[in-house]
Amino acid sequence: MDGIHDLGGHQGFGAVVVEQNEPPFHAPWEALARSLMYLVMTKVPNPSSGAFRHAIERMDPAHYLNSSYYEHWLTAAATMAVERGLVTHEELEERAGGPYPLSLPVRTEQITDPPPGRSRFAVGDRVRVRQWHPTGHTRCPNYIRGHVGVITRADGEFSIPDVEAHSTQRVNEATYSVRFEADELWNDGQPGVTVNVDLWDSYLEPAGWSEATPTT
Amino acid sequence: MERSDSHDMSEHHHDHGDHHHPTPPSPVERRAAALEELLTEKGLVPDGFIEEVNRAYENDIGPMNGAKVVARSWVDPSYRQRLLENGTAAINELGFGGPEGNIVAVPNEPGVHNVVVCTLCSCYPWPVLGLPPTWYKEAPYRARMVREPRVLLKEMGCDLDDDTEIRVWDSSAEVRYIVVPERPAGTEGLSEEQLADLVTRDSMIGVARL
Repeated sequence: MDGIHDLGGHQGFGAVVVEQNEPPFHAPWEALARSLMYLVMTKVPNPSSGAFRHAIERMDPAHYLNSSYYEHWLTAAATMAVERGLVTHEELEERAGGPYPLSLPVRTEQITDPPPGRSRFAVGDRVRVRQWHPTGHTRCPNYIRGHVGVITRADGEFSIPDVEAHSTQRVNEATYSVRFEADELWNDGQPGVTVNVDLWDSYLEPAGWSEATPTT
Repeated sequence: MERSDSHDMSEHHHDHGDHHHPTPPSPVERRAAALEELLTEKGLVPDGFIEEVNRAYENDIGPMNGAKVVARSWVDPSYRQRLLENGTAAINELGFGGPEGNIVAVPNEPGVHNVVVCTLCSCYPWPVLGLPPTWYKEAPYRARMVREPRVLLKEMGCDLDDDTEIRVWDSSAEVRYIVVPERPAGTEGLSEEQLADLVTRDSMIGVARL
Protein backbone atom coordinates (compact mmCIF):
# COMPACT_ATOMS: atom_id res chain seq x y z
CA MET A 1 0.00 0.00 0.00
CA ASP A 2 1.40 3.40 -0.96
CA GLY A 3 0.60 4.70 2.50
CA ILE A 4 1.70 7.63 4.61
CA HIS A 5 4.18 5.36 6.40
CA ASP A 6 6.21 4.90 3.19
CA LEU A 7 8.26 8.02 3.77
CA GLY A 8 11.53 7.43 1.93
CA GLY A 9 12.36 10.39 -0.31
CA HIS A 10 9.42 12.62 0.63
CA GLN A 11 10.40 16.28 0.84
CA GLY A 12 9.20 19.15 2.95
CA PHE A 13 9.51 17.67 6.43
CA GLY A 14 12.14 20.05 7.73
CA ALA A 15 14.78 19.46 10.34
CA VAL A 16 15.37 16.36 12.41
CA VAL A 17 14.71 17.37 15.99
CA VAL A 18 16.96 15.59 18.48
CA GLU A 19 16.02 15.32 22.15
CA GLN A 20 19.12 15.11 24.33
CA ASN A 21 19.33 12.32 26.91
CA GLU A 22 16.01 10.88 25.83
CA PRO A 23 14.62 8.18 28.14
CA PRO A 24 13.26 4.90 26.69
CA PHE A 25 9.75 6.11 27.57
CA HIS A 26 8.57 9.66 28.23
CA ALA A 27 5.56 8.61 30.26
CA PRO A 28 4.01 5.43 31.61
CA TRP A 29 1.40 5.31 28.85
CA GLU A 30 4.12 4.86 26.20
CA ALA A 31 5.44 1.74 27.89
CA LEU A 32 1.84 0.59 28.39
CA ALA A 33 1.08 1.04 24.68
CA ARG A 34 4.11 -1.04 23.78
CA SER A 35 3.08 -3.79 26.20
CA LEU A 36 -0.51 -3.76 24.95
CA MET A 37 0.63 -4.34 21.39
CA TYR A 38 2.59 -7.42 22.47
CA LEU A 39 -0.36 -8.59 24.52
CA VAL A 40 -2.83 -8.24 21.66
CA MET A 41 -0.43 -10.07 19.38
CA THR A 42 -0.48 -13.04 21.76
CA LYS A 43 -4.30 -13.07 21.97
CA VAL A 44 -5.47 -12.71 18.36
CA PRO A 45 -5.62 -15.56 15.88
CA ASN A 46 -2.97 -15.66 13.14
CA PRO A 47 -0.73 -12.87 14.39
CA SER A 48 2.22 -11.69 12.31
CA SER A 49 4.63 -8.80 12.11
CA GLY A 50 3.07 -8.00 8.77
CA ALA A 51 -0.43 -7.71 10.24
CA PHE A 52 0.86 -5.52 13.09
CA ARG A 53 2.74 -3.20 10.77
CA HIS A 54 -0.20 -3.02 8.40
CA ALA A 55 -2.46 -1.99 11.28
CA ILE A 56 -0.20 1.05 11.75
CA GLU A 57 0.02 1.73 8.02
CA ARG A 58 -3.78 1.85 7.81
CA MET A 59 -4.03 4.77 10.25
CA ASP A 60 -5.70 7.86 8.86
CA PRO A 61 -2.76 9.74 7.29
CA ALA A 62 -3.44 12.94 9.21
CA HIS A 63 -3.59 10.99 12.47
CA TYR A 64 -0.37 9.13 11.59
CA LEU A 65 1.60 12.32 11.00
CA ASN A 66 0.14 14.15 13.97
CA SER A 67 0.70 11.47 16.59
CA SER A 68 3.73 10.04 18.31
CA TYR A 69 5.28 6.65 17.72
CA TYR A 70 3.65 4.95 20.69
CA GLU A 71 0.28 6.38 19.75
CA HIS A 72 0.78 4.45 16.50
CA TRP A 73 1.37 1.29 18.51
CA LEU A 74 -1.66 1.94 20.70
CA THR A 75 -3.89 2.60 17.70
CA ALA A 76 -2.68 -0.57 16.00
CA ALA A 77 -3.20 -2.63 19.17
CA ALA A 78 -6.72 -1.31 19.63
CA THR A 79 -7.52 -1.79 15.95
CA MET A 80 -6.39 -5.41 15.97
CA ALA A 81 -8.22 -6.04 19.25
CA VAL A 82 -11.44 -4.73 17.69
CA GLU A 83 -11.02 -6.39 14.29
CA ARG A 84 -10.30 -9.75 15.86
CA GLY A 85 -13.07 -9.58 18.42
CA LEU A 86 -11.31 -9.02 21.75
CA VAL A 87 -13.15 -5.75 22.46
CA THR A 88 -15.61 -3.50 20.60
CA HIS A 89 -15.03 0.03 19.41
CA GLU A 90 -18.03 1.15 21.47
CA GLU A 91 -16.55 -0.34 24.64
CA LEU A 92 -13.29 1.48 24.00
CA GLU A 93 -14.93 4.87 23.41
CA GLU A 94 -17.18 4.52 26.42
CA ARG A 95 -14.29 3.58 28.68
CA ALA A 96 -11.97 6.27 27.30
CA GLY A 97 -14.71 8.87 27.63
CA GLY A 98 -14.28 10.17 24.11
CA PRO A 99 -13.32 9.40 20.54
CA TYR A 100 -11.07 6.39 20.04
CA PRO A 101 -9.65 6.66 16.51
CA LEU A 102 -8.82 3.32 14.96
CA SER A 103 -7.03 2.47 11.74
CA LEU A 104 -9.00 2.29 8.50
CA PRO A 105 -10.16 -1.09 7.15
CA VAL A 106 -7.99 -3.50 5.18
CA ARG A 107 -8.49 -2.79 1.49
CA THR A 108 -7.17 -6.00 -0.01
CA GLU A 109 -8.51 -9.54 -0.37
CA GLN A 110 -7.31 -12.39 1.81
CA ILE A 111 -4.49 -14.17 0.01
CA THR A 112 -5.45 -17.80 -0.56
CA ASP A 113 -3.01 -18.69 -3.32
CA PRO A 114 0.33 -17.26 -2.24
CA PRO A 115 3.22 -17.19 -4.71
CA PRO A 116 5.87 -19.89 -4.47
CA GLY A 117 8.82 -18.94 -2.31
CA ARG A 118 11.68 -18.19 -4.63
CA SER A 119 15.45 -17.77 -4.61
CA ARG A 120 16.27 -16.60 -8.10
CA PHE A 121 19.19 -14.26 -7.64
CA ALA A 122 22.82 -14.32 -6.56
CA VAL A 123 25.31 -11.74 -5.37
CA GLY A 124 26.32 -9.58 -8.31
CA ASP A 125 23.03 -9.91 -10.20
CA ARG A 126 21.48 -6.74 -11.55
CA VAL A 127 17.81 -6.53 -10.63
CA ARG A 128 14.97 -4.12 -11.28
CA VAL A 129 12.41 -3.51 -8.55
CA ARG A 130 8.94 -4.34 -9.84
CA GLN A 131 6.82 -1.31 -10.64
CA TRP A 132 3.60 -2.18 -8.88
CA HIS A 133 1.31 -0.76 -6.25
CA PRO A 134 -0.29 -3.43 -4.09
CA THR A 135 -3.30 -2.42 -2.00
CA GLY A 136 -2.19 -4.52 0.98
CA HIS A 137 0.91 -4.72 3.14
CA THR A 138 4.32 -4.77 1.53
CA ARG A 139 7.88 -4.09 2.62
CA CYS A 140 8.96 -2.81 -0.76
CA PRO A 141 9.37 0.97 -0.44
CA ASN A 142 7.90 3.07 -3.21
CA TYR A 143 11.02 5.14 -3.83
CA ILE A 144 12.97 2.25 -5.35
CA ARG A 145 10.24 0.81 -7.59
CA GLY A 146 11.25 0.62 -11.24
CA HIS A 147 14.90 1.25 -10.40
CA VAL A 148 17.88 -0.98 -11.07
CA GLY A 149 20.32 -2.13 -8.43
CA VAL A 150 22.83 -4.87 -7.72
CA ILE A 151 22.48 -7.72 -5.23
CA THR A 152 25.27 -7.38 -2.68
CA ARG A 153 24.25 -9.88 0.00
CA ALA A 154 21.91 -12.85 0.34
CA ASP A 155 20.36 -13.08 3.81
CA GLY A 156 18.44 -16.35 3.77
CA GLU A 157 14.72 -17.03 3.56
CA PHE A 158 12.02 -15.26 5.53
CA SER A 159 8.22 -15.13 5.51
CA ILE A 160 6.90 -12.85 2.77
CA PRO A 161 5.23 -9.95 4.60
CA ASP A 162 2.73 -9.34 1.80
CA VAL A 163 1.41 -12.88 2.31
CA GLU A 164 1.50 -13.20 6.10
CA ALA A 165 -0.38 -9.94 6.65
CA HIS A 166 -3.37 -11.17 4.63
CA SER A 167 -3.30 -14.94 4.92
CA THR A 168 -3.12 -17.81 7.35
CA GLN A 169 -0.34 -19.18 5.18
CA ARG A 170 3.37 -18.43 5.46
CA VAL A 171 5.67 -18.52 2.46
CA ASN A 172 9.40 -18.20 3.01
CA GLU A 173 11.61 -16.90 0.28
CA ALA A 174 15.04 -15.39 -0.26
CA THR A 175 15.86 -11.87 0.89
CA TYR A 176 18.74 -9.79 -0.42
CA SER A 177 20.47 -6.51 0.17
CA VAL A 178 20.28 -4.50 -3.06
CA ARG A 179 22.59 -1.56 -3.73
CA PHE A 180 21.24 1.45 -5.64
CA GLU A 181 23.27 4.44 -6.73
CA ALA A 182 21.59 7.55 -5.33
CA ASP A 183 21.75 9.13 -8.79
CA GLU A 184 19.78 6.16 -10.18
CA LEU A 185 17.03 6.85 -7.64
CA TRP A 186 16.92 10.64 -7.73
CA ASN A 187 18.60 11.63 -11.00
CA ASP A 188 20.17 14.60 -9.30
CA GLY A 189 23.84 13.98 -9.93
CA GLN A 190 24.39 13.19 -6.24
CA PRO A 191 27.90 11.72 -6.20
CA GLY A 192 29.32 9.01 -3.98
CA VAL A 193 26.12 7.85 -2.31
CA THR A 194 24.57 4.40 -2.39
CA VAL A 195 21.25 3.43 -0.84
CA ASN A 196 21.11 -0.21 0.17
CA VAL A 197 17.66 -1.75 0.63
CA ASP A 198 16.76 -5.23 1.87
CA LEU A 199 14.16 -6.89 -0.34
CA TRP A 200 12.27 -10.14 -0.84
CA ASP A 201 12.77 -12.05 -4.09
CA SER A 202 9.17 -11.41 -5.20
CA TYR A 203 9.81 -7.66 -5.31
CA LEU A 204 12.49 -8.06 -7.99
CA GLU A 205 12.88 -9.01 -11.63
CA PRO A 206 16.05 -9.71 -13.59
CA ALA A 207 17.66 -6.65 -15.14
CA GLY A 208 19.68 -8.25 -17.85
CA TRP A 209 23.13 -9.15 -16.78
CA SER A 210 25.22 -10.02 -13.77
CA GLU A 211 28.27 -8.21 -12.42
CA ALA A 212 29.43 -11.63 -11.28
CA THR A 213 29.57 -12.85 -14.88
CA PRO A 214 32.59 -11.89 -16.98
CA THR A 215 31.37 -9.62 -19.76
CA THR A 216 34.42 -9.77 -22.02
CA MET B 1 5.31 19.51 14.57
CA GLU B 2 2.23 20.09 16.65
CA ARG B 3 0.86 16.95 18.17
CA SER B 4 -2.55 15.84 19.29
CA ASP B 5 -1.02 14.42 22.45
CA SER B 6 2.30 15.92 23.35
CA HIS B 7 4.68 14.45 25.85
CA ASP B 8 4.15 17.47 28.06
CA MET B 9 0.52 16.59 28.62
CA SER B 10 1.28 13.14 29.88
CA GLU B 11 2.04 13.82 33.49
CA HIS B 12 -0.87 13.48 35.83
CA HIS B 13 0.35 15.73 38.53
CA HIS B 14 2.27 18.97 38.57
CA ASP B 15 3.41 20.56 41.77
CA HIS B 16 2.72 24.29 41.67
CA GLY B 17 4.08 25.43 45.00
CA ASP B 18 1.27 25.77 47.50
CA HIS B 19 -1.40 24.71 45.07
CA HIS B 20 -1.99 21.22 43.83
CA HIS B 21 -3.89 20.87 40.58
CA PRO B 22 -3.92 17.33 39.28
CA THR B 23 -3.87 17.50 35.51
CA PRO B 24 -6.48 15.22 33.98
CA PRO B 25 -5.09 12.41 31.89
CA SER B 26 -4.61 13.29 28.24
CA PRO B 27 -6.80 11.63 25.59
CA VAL B 28 -4.07 9.18 24.61
CA GLU B 29 -3.48 8.22 28.23
CA ARG B 30 -7.19 7.55 28.62
CA ARG B 31 -7.20 5.44 25.49
CA ALA B 32 -4.23 3.35 26.64
CA ALA B 33 -5.83 2.84 30.05
CA ALA B 34 -9.17 1.95 28.46
CA LEU B 35 -7.68 -0.83 26.36
CA GLU B 36 -5.72 -2.19 29.31
CA GLU B 37 -8.77 -2.16 31.59
CA LEU B 38 -11.06 -3.85 29.09
CA LEU B 39 -8.56 -6.58 28.27
CA THR B 40 -7.93 -7.10 31.99
CA GLU B 41 -11.66 -7.38 32.74
CA LYS B 42 -11.97 -9.99 30.01
CA GLY B 43 -9.22 -12.02 31.66
CA LEU B 44 -6.78 -11.56 28.80
CA VAL B 45 -3.88 -9.99 30.72
CA PRO B 46 -1.55 -12.49 32.41
CA ASP B 47 -0.12 -11.39 35.76
CA GLY B 48 2.96 -9.24 35.31
CA PHE B 49 2.74 -9.17 31.51
CA ILE B 50 2.42 -5.41 31.14
CA GLU B 51 5.34 -4.71 33.44
CA GLU B 52 7.61 -7.41 32.05
CA VAL B 53 7.56 -6.58 28.33
CA ASN B 54 9.68 -3.45 28.60
CA ARG B 55 11.71 -4.12 31.72
CA ALA B 56 14.91 -5.15 29.97
CA TYR B 57 14.86 -2.11 27.68
CA GLU B 58 14.54 0.28 30.58
CA ASN B 59 17.58 -1.09 32.38
CA ASP B 60 19.73 -3.72 30.75
CA ILE B 61 19.57 -3.31 26.99
CA GLY B 62 20.85 -0.17 25.37
CA PRO B 63 23.73 1.36 23.41
CA MET B 64 26.22 0.25 26.07
CA ASN B 65 25.87 -3.23 24.58
CA GLY B 66 26.77 -2.05 21.10
CA ALA B 67 29.64 -0.01 22.53
CA LYS B 68 31.14 -3.20 23.99
CA VAL B 69 30.85 -4.89 20.60
CA VAL B 70 32.58 -1.98 18.87
CA ALA B 71 35.34 -1.72 21.48
CA ARG B 72 36.03 -5.44 21.22
CA SER B 73 36.28 -5.12 17.44
CA TRP B 74 38.90 -2.37 17.89
CA VAL B 75 41.17 -4.38 20.16
CA ASP B 76 40.71 -7.87 18.71
CA PRO B 77 41.22 -8.19 14.93
CA SER B 78 39.89 -11.74 14.85
CA TYR B 79 36.71 -10.59 16.62
CA ARG B 80 36.35 -7.78 14.11
CA GLN B 81 36.60 -10.28 11.30
CA ARG B 82 33.93 -12.50 12.87
CA LEU B 83 31.72 -9.45 13.50
CA LEU B 84 31.86 -8.37 9.87
CA GLU B 85 31.31 -11.91 8.57
CA ASN B 86 28.45 -12.85 10.91
CA GLY B 87 27.25 -10.02 13.12
CA THR B 88 24.58 -12.06 14.87
CA ALA B 89 27.03 -14.74 16.01
CA ALA B 90 29.63 -12.20 17.06
CA ILE B 91 27.23 -10.21 19.25
CA ASN B 92 25.98 -13.51 20.72
CA GLU B 93 29.58 -14.19 21.78
CA LEU B 94 29.33 -11.18 24.10
CA GLY B 95 26.01 -12.38 25.46
CA PHE B 96 23.75 -10.12 23.41
CA GLY B 97 20.82 -11.39 21.35
CA GLY B 98 17.05 -11.64 21.19
CA PRO B 99 14.28 -9.95 19.20
CA GLU B 100 15.43 -7.80 16.26
CA GLY B 101 18.81 -9.45 16.67
CA ASN B 102 19.61 -10.60 13.13
CA ILE B 103 22.54 -8.23 12.86
CA VAL B 104 24.82 -7.11 10.06
CA ALA B 105 27.72 -4.87 11.13
CA VAL B 106 28.86 -2.31 8.55
CA PRO B 107 32.32 -0.78 9.13
CA ASN B 108 33.32 2.82 8.57
CA GLU B 109 36.69 3.08 6.90
CA PRO B 110 38.80 5.95 5.63
CA GLY B 111 36.68 7.43 2.85
CA VAL B 112 33.58 5.32 3.62
CA HIS B 113 30.76 6.30 5.99
CA ASN B 114 27.70 4.16 6.80
CA VAL B 115 24.34 5.29 8.14
CA VAL B 116 21.18 3.35 9.03
CA VAL B 117 17.52 4.25 8.53
CA CYS B 118 14.15 2.49 8.33
CA THR B 119 11.97 4.39 5.88
CA LEU B 120 8.89 2.19 6.41
CA CYS B 121 8.73 2.06 10.20
CA SER B 122 11.41 1.95 12.90
CA CYS B 123 13.54 -1.19 12.47
CA TYR B 124 16.52 -1.02 14.80
CA PRO B 125 19.02 -3.50 16.32
CA TRP B 126 17.45 -3.81 19.77
CA PRO B 127 19.98 -6.20 21.38
CA VAL B 128 22.89 -3.84 20.77
CA LEU B 129 21.27 -0.37 20.79
CA GLY B 130 18.04 -0.79 22.79
CA LEU B 131 14.92 1.02 21.64
CA PRO B 132 15.35 3.74 19.02
CA PRO B 133 15.25 7.46 19.81
CA THR B 134 12.18 9.43 18.74
CA TRP B 135 13.92 11.25 15.90
CA TYR B 136 14.82 7.92 14.29
CA LYS B 137 11.12 7.01 14.19
CA GLU B 138 9.75 10.31 12.94
CA ALA B 139 9.09 11.49 9.41
CA PRO B 140 11.95 13.94 8.77
CA TYR B 141 14.74 11.42 9.35
CA ARG B 142 12.97 8.56 7.54
CA ALA B 143 12.09 10.74 4.55
CA ARG B 144 15.38 12.53 4.13
CA MET B 145 18.18 10.07 4.93
CA VAL B 146 17.69 8.15 1.68
CA ARG B 147 17.11 11.31 -0.37
CA GLU B 148 19.88 13.68 0.74
CA PRO B 149 22.11 11.90 3.27
CA ARG B 150 25.09 14.22 2.87
CA VAL B 151 22.92 17.27 3.57
CA LEU B 152 21.11 15.67 6.49
CA LEU B 153 24.28 14.28 8.08
CA LYS B 154 25.83 17.73 7.96
CA GLU B 155 22.70 19.23 9.54
CA MET B 156 22.96 16.67 12.32
CA GLY B 157 26.57 17.62 12.97
CA CYS B 158 28.27 14.87 11.01
CA ASP B 159 30.36 16.77 8.49
CA LEU B 160 32.04 14.47 5.98
CA ASP B 161 34.62 15.24 3.32
CA ASP B 162 33.00 15.77 -0.06
CA ASP B 163 34.73 12.71 -1.45
CA THR B 164 33.71 10.38 1.39
CA GLU B 165 31.43 7.66 0.06
CA ILE B 166 28.16 7.41 1.96
CA ARG B 167 26.39 4.05 2.25
CA VAL B 168 22.82 4.35 3.48
CA TRP B 169 21.23 1.13 4.79
CA ASP B 170 17.41 1.04 4.70
CA SER B 171 16.53 -1.88 6.98
CA SER B 172 13.29 -2.86 5.30
CA ALA B 173 13.47 -6.65 5.68
CA GLU B 174 14.80 -8.90 8.46
CA VAL B 175 18.37 -7.65 8.91
CA ARG B 176 19.15 -4.96 11.47
CA TYR B 177 22.31 -2.89 11.11
CA ILE B 178 24.95 -1.56 13.45
CA VAL B 179 27.62 0.82 12.18
CA VAL B 180 31.15 0.11 13.43
CA PRO B 181 32.75 3.54 13.75
CA GLU B 182 36.46 4.08 13.20
CA ARG B 183 38.64 4.00 16.29
CA PRO B 184 39.59 7.57 17.15
CA ALA B 185 43.20 8.61 16.85
CA GLY B 186 45.17 8.89 20.06
CA THR B 187 43.39 6.09 21.89
CA GLU B 188 46.20 3.54 21.72
CA GLY B 189 46.73 3.50 25.47
CA LEU B 190 43.11 2.97 26.45
CA SER B 191 41.67 -0.25 27.81
CA GLU B 192 38.77 -2.02 26.10
CA GLU B 193 36.45 -0.70 28.80
CA GLN B 194 37.70 2.86 28.35
CA LEU B 195 37.26 2.53 24.60
CA ALA B 196 33.65 1.39 25.05
CA ASP B 197 32.96 4.58 27.00
CA LEU B 198 33.90 6.57 23.87
CA VAL B 199 31.35 4.84 21.62
CA THR B 200 28.07 6.73 21.28
CA ARG B 201 24.66 5.55 20.16
CA ASP B 202 24.67 8.04 17.30
CA SER B 203 28.02 6.76 16.02
CA MET B 204 26.52 3.27 15.78
CA ILE B 205 23.47 4.57 13.87
CA GLY B 206 25.89 6.50 11.69
CA VAL B 207 24.73 10.08 12.31
CA ALA B 208 27.92 10.95 14.18
CA ARG B 209 31.66 10.29 14.00
CA LEU B 210 33.91 9.72 16.96
